[in-house]
Amino acid sequence: MNAVVSSFARIWAVFLKEAVQMRRDRLTFAMMFGIPIIQLILFGYAINMNPKHLPAALLVEEQTPIVRTLVQSLRTSEYYNFVMQTSDPRETGDLLARGEVAFVVSIPAGFTRQLVRGEHPQILIEADASDPAAASGAVGFAQTILTDALRHDLKGPLRSVAASGQPPFELVVHQMYNPEAKTSYNIVPGLLGVILTMTLVMITSMAMTRESEQGTLENLLAMPVKPFEMMLGKILPYVIVGASQTLVILLAAQILFEVPFIGQPWILLLGVTIFVLANLALGFTFSTVARTQMQAMQLTFFFFLPSILLSGFMFPFRGMPDWAQVIGEALPLTHFLRIVRGVMLKDTSLAQLQDPLIALCIFTAVAVSVAMLRYRRTLD
Amino acid sequence: MSGELAIDVHGLIKRFGKKTAVAGVDIQLPRGEVWGFLGPNGSGKTTTIRMICGLLKVTEGSGQCLGYDIQRDAALIRQQTGYMTQKFSFWSDMTIRENLEFVARLYRLPHLRETVDQTLEKLGLTNRQRQLAGALSGGWKQRLALAAVTMHNPKLLLLDEPTAGVDPQARRDFWDEIHHLSLEGMTVLVSTHYMDEAERCDRIVYLANGHKIVEGTVPDVIDRSGLSTFRGEGKGVRRLAEALKTEPGVDHVAYFGSALHLSGQDPAAIRAALNRHPSDDVVWNEVRPSLEDAFIALSAEAGVDTRVHA
Repeated sequence: MNAVVSSFARIWAVFLKEAVQMRRDRLTFAMMFGIPIIQLILFGYAINMNPKHLPAALLVEEQTPIVRTLVQSLRTSEYYNFVMQTSDPRETGDLLARGEVAFVVSIPAGFTRQLVRGEHPQILIEADASDPAAASGAVGFAQTILTDALRHDLKGPLRSVAASGQPPFELVVHQMYNPEAKTSYNIVPGLLGVILTMTLVMITSMAMTRESEQGTLENLLAMPVKPFEMMLGKILPYVIVGASQTLVILLAAQILFEVPFIGQPWILLLGVTIFVLANLALGFTFSTVARTQMQAMQLTFFFFLPSILLSGFMFPFRGMPDWAQVIGEALPLTHFLRIVRGVMLKDTSLAQLQDPLIALCIFTAVAVSVAMLRYRRTLD
Repeated sequence: MSGELAIDVHGLIKRFGKKTAVAGVDIQLPRGEVWGFLGPNGSGKTTTIRMICGLLKVTEGSGQCLGYDIQRDAALIRQQTGYMTQKFSFWSDMTIRENLEFVARLYRLPHLRETVDQTLEKLGLTNRQRQLAGALSGGWKQRLALAAVTMHNPKLLLLDEPTAGVDPQARRDFWDEIHHLSLEGMTVLVSTHYMDEAERCDRIVYLANGHKIVEGTVPDVIDRSGLSTFRGEGKGVRRLAEALKTEPGVDHVAYFGSALHLSGQDPAAIRAALNRHPSDDVVWNEVRPSLEDAFIALSAEAGVDTRVHA
């Protein structure tokens, strides 16, 4: 009995010690409550497995009452958010390649005449199937939406057109960039970005923390090395790591998953380089903030969570609410995914990728500046 | 003026928040001398050294180190200074050779391989150069650190308790090396808790609670304390200690093995106290005060309670 009591006393002593130490590490304490809250918000509100209101473009080459009915029905459906309507095919040309819209719906000239004659004219939906999950819902419901819309218009002399049992038009869907709607086409290129983010941010976030934890920082600071020299010196080895990882993942994508690579490799190389630098600069910034390696790990995780969930890696970016898209736009992974998917699956050109490339450059510049400002030149 | 002084700082003050770690310290250390920096833990020795080599910002005060402004030209000071930290601050997961090579590269030393080879040779670590630095014993770590911080031939060497926790033989070797470096013209400021090490210095600076209490040669400091010390030897001396502590005129009682040292400012008052406690088997003699006695007396005189290590 006595042994049990004293055992409990010792458990209590250890419990108190752990509680004191846990409370002392404020960042850890904040993370324990911060991460669950962020997860709740992101999973609960931001993520949408059946995305709606996806950006789309309309190419309508004639204006008739029937066409207007069809357009109206698409506009009122919750699946599409038409950001432009035009009658000029040149204007919709590279919207899909640039990723500005997920769909282009085309109603050709002469549609109404053919419809009235019962010739089953075509409506074309070009869907960006580089993310099959995003495209499937909207495409699946298009037929129903359009057929329902025409039921009211096809009356009187046109009743025979509607009564034939078949839809009076043919809906043609082009699954662009990924005709077989393979998920791996979307995931594997994305994984390149995810793996680079996770490993590089984590490794560099330890860079300065390890020195200060092991007491070697004082020695480093007493020697003649400038902050930017320290940062570059610490980052460059991991640029090589990043390059090796990229190579391995691209080879795996090709050999194991047979993901196509139809674009210009040098554009991807440019994107990867800037992306790697962005992540390393961010990790280095973390390492100037965190006081222990444990904190550095937590900061990394804190950054990694939204990167995975809000970048468009796992869930369609355009399917998220606006506030989540705003956060997503601030993450380097979001922009990198546009580049890597664009180059590999869509043969996107440099000009078409200038927005995400510039965004990555800005992110890198900001991260480097913050790191330099935060870098401790003294022990104060 | 600064031509002859390696360190010339005035009124250095360092505050961390509300706490004042260094409260106005002046040091004028001539080139080529070896100065000891003494004082209890928390007295501001490390903070002062860090301010001198630019590792901490100066809250108030100014000064020069090797002719460079300590606030503005920290980078230049670093080039010509070797600073050995209190805690071993080389990379435990790198080999001895790798550590030395890293330092040699940072200072852009010519003939890297030869320089490192020579340093290893001098250290006697040539055979162990592939061992991890973390595997070295305390004494060897200190020697490696000293070798590493002197490899670039600095003009000034700042050593922060370099021999703490090191055995006597290693300490002696370490000091031989310091004097050797001094002969080559290096200026040395070394902080220590060991009185015997203080006696190896040209001059000593004693700090307590952020204040400079005294500066001078060892005999100087002892004389300046104005202290008289009596040494009692014999069987009954321990029994007398408690009673003597409370006697007026006896400021300090310390054991030295089986002997007892009584110190105070007025020798007549101590003699009177001894007469009030006669003992047949104890013999009292006046001796020269130790440096330690002198420091404690000087601290009390300056109104600094050295027992409070804030």
